Amino acid sequence: MRERLNRLALNIVAALVAAVFAGAITSVILLVRGDSPTFVISQMWDYGTTASTELTIVNGATVYYLSAVAVAIGFRMNLFNIGVDGQYRFAACLAGAFAGSVALPTGLRQVATILVAMLAGAAWAGIVALLKVTRGVSEVIGTIMLNFIATSLIAYLMRPSIFGNRFGNDVTTKPIPKSGQVGGLDLIPNSGGKVYGLILLAVGVGVAFHVVVNYTRFGFDLRAAGRSASAAQASGVNVKRMTAVTLVISGAVAGLVGMPALLGASHSYSSITFQTGLGFTGIAIALLGRNHPVGIAFAALLWSFLDNSATILDLNNIPKEIVQITQGVVVLSVVIAYELVRRFALARQQRVVGRALALPSGPVAERAAV
Amino acid sequence: MVANSDIDLVVQRGTVHALVGENGAGKSTLMKTLYGMHKPDEGTIAIDGKPVVFSSPSDAIAAGIGMVHQHFLLADNLTVLENVVLGAEPSRLGVLNARLARRRIKEISDSYGLDLRPDDLVEDLGVGARQRVEICKVLYRGAQILILDEPTAVLVPHEVDELFDNLRDLKAEGLTVLFISHKLDEVLSVADEITVIRRGTTVRTVDPGEVSARQLAELMVGSQLPVPELRDSTVTDDVQLAVDRLTVRAADGRPVVDDLHLSIRRGEIVGLAGVEGNGQAELVEAIMGIRPAESGTVRLGDADISAWSTRRRREAGIGFIPEDRHRQALLLEAPLWENRILGHQTEPPNTRGGWIDRAGAKRDSRRIVEQFDVRTPGVEVPAASLSGGNQQKFIVGREMSGEPKVLIAAHPTRGVDVGAQAAIWDHLRNARAAGLAVLLISADLDELIGMSDTLKVILRGRIVGEVDPHTVTPEELGSAMTGAGPAAGDAA
Repeated sequence: MRERLNRLALNIVAALVAAVFAGAITSVILLVRGDSPTFVISQMWDYGTTASTELTIVNGATVYYLSAVAVAIGFRMNLFNIGVDGQYRFAACLAGAFAGSVALPTGLRQVATILVAMLAGAAWAGIVALLKVTRGVSEVIGTIMLNFIATSLIAYLMRPSIFGNRFGNDVTTKPIPKSGQVGGLDLIPNSGGKVYGLILLAVGVGVAFHVVVNYTRFGFDLRAAGRSASAAQASGVNVKRMTAVTLVISGAVAGLVGMPALLGASHSYSSITFQTGLGFTGIAIALLGRNHPVGIAFAALLWSFLDNSATILDLNNIPKEIVQITQGVVVLSVVIAYELVRRFALARQQRVVGRALALPSGPVAERAAV
Repeated sequence: MVANSDIDLVVQRGTVHALVGENGAGKSTLMKTLYGMHKPDEGTIAIDGKPVVFSSPSDAIAAGIGMVHQHFLLADNLTVLENVVLGAEPSRLGVLNARLARRRIKEISDSYGLDLRPDDLVEDLGVGARQRVEICKVLYRGAQILILDEPTAVLVPHEVDELFDNLRDLKAEGLTVLFISHKLDEVLSVADEITVIRRGTTVRTVDPGEVSARQLAELMVGSQLPVPELRDSTVTDDVQLAVDRLTVRAADGRPVVDDLHLSIRRGEIVGLAGVEGNGQAELVEAIMGIRPAESGTVRLGDADISAWSTRRRREAGIGFIPEDRHRQALLLEAPLWENRILGHQTEPPNTRGGWIDRAGAKRDSRRIVEQFDVRTPGVEVPAASLSGGNQQKFIVGREMSGEPKVLIAAHPTRGVDVGAQAAIWDHLRNARAAGLAVLLISADLDELIGMSDTLKVILRGRIVGEVDPHTVTPEELGSAMTGAGPAAGDAA
């Protein structure tokens, strides 16, 4: 138990060090530009803590969270699903078309929409799983190629003869009527808006992820396969099937990424509101959050804070893209920091074991003589 | 030091100095310290009287220390030359100077009798030759002091003799060799001095001429050297595991297990003797369902299990101690209790329904730690922090849990100290008396002869003979394994 707390503390320190380091690099760049880092930070903090920005931060983090969990599921078994982006857009497109046109009773309609999204995401990832298991195609290649194919397929599906409806300059799926939407929660007073109702779904996904991975046999097999495929196979895990199942589940969760916005805000799919890139942000956030459901939550909030509070910078003639440098550096340095912590913890553990056994007497040593 | 305290070790130039001790006694830790992989908390290391401080292996290499690891670190798809120069490439304008490298490797090979051809592919080499490549690698980097970590663990007897000849050549050229082992007769035959280490401290340094293997063993463990032997036969008539006409092909289509027959009865230990790479690994993996067989059947009791998955076979009562524990038996970074679950994910006390029973797995891990004398401060530590022998004891304990019907034991005591070896043999004997059928594969011929009811010889994927374990000597068995011995004649 103490060991676990120690490890946790180490990881938190590592994340903080990485954040400070990223802040330092960003500061240097700001100074080179002739801007004051303290001014930038205070501007971002002041703007980021206003109620209306808090709202966009929380809503943004909800979406990031789902995306990062989808990526993290793959990471836990050494699979690199960089296709969350395509899976989420494909799923949002199909779910949007479904919710806009299939009339079901309220409640059932929302549930069915979410299921359609999960199935679509799972199916899209399933193609990669199939290719990987039967033909040995790397999932990295498979998923990224399918991102592009998704873009083209969606463009085709959004033609007026299929799902598309013209709305001004935009082409969207048929709008979802009130009875098919998910209302918001009034969590942040004076923000002038509501938090996505599906934030509860994100929380549920996080809890389910944690429980399944750590407390079930399936989760054990998954982690075993991720840590050592050969040992997992010798232990009776069907590694190929595990690979396929993991990719499909990752895809299903990716399918949820678009749901908070689809059911809670836009109420229709269009390729302008559902932009590319969310899946890639999810990778960075999963890395930052160490594939841990709670860590990812903090990482998603941090990311969303940087994204949204930076919009104030443009008003001060500082390019808001500066935060992308912060984000990039934080991910790179956190990956290094975590690896250092991992090695340090292992070496320290070995030292502890060594010391415990080097004692000349005691219960362990007593038993030693056979 | 890490697992060491108060180590005093003096090694003379131009000698072979052996370091013996039980597993977990701290031999490997000491070696890692000397090689700069660990920093000592206290104390000093001096070379030629000058104190040195290593903060990484590259410091140690620069000071002329080279290490030959127990597990080879070679790239199979590269040539001997490429492996040797890897990381220390002589180059001209960024281009590998292969001619210079080839000349130096030839020089090294010739002067120390390593018998290496620079352009051979490493994947085509046998275990002994691979080890010589490793030795060449450190000599190429200018090592004056060689550390060999359990170099004989993977070798058959005549390869051991060749290695010892190489070591004598090295010594004659003025190099210093530090040799870690727990095989006492080998140590006695090759070392000029022997230092015994127990529980992290040096016990004594002795002259091999003045001690017997038994005395050394007593120094190591404070008890008698165990002997592998079976007393009364417990062999029954029920065939528990039957392998019939089994053929397994390698990726290139070559049969690595070739039309093989084998049967093991309840209460019987069948030993399988063979030089490594003659199909033992593939046979074991086919029995476990890890590697697909091309044809033939495997039966467990009355059931044909040929088409069963690995998990189903394990559930049906086949225990498995793989030869490479890091690759197939452990999740190194997972805690010990999670390793208790590995391979037994569907059985109590590890799981209940689809859920992991953490309390049950931990409790049973503690039982294994207790019964099999696994030296660990607890079951929460990652498997990687245990010494190799203690990892092995844990694996043996795990695989003998839940009353298996069949145990596939590949090198069950490899890398394990004498005390633990005796304990593992005891457990095997007891389980055999209770009706366990065991397939025993080992490179330790004394173990094979002593622990087998039936002893078969495997060569190129076929059973080529059967010898009587009561009468055969290790030398006879060793030559039978290479296809030259008498056993080929009295094939069963």
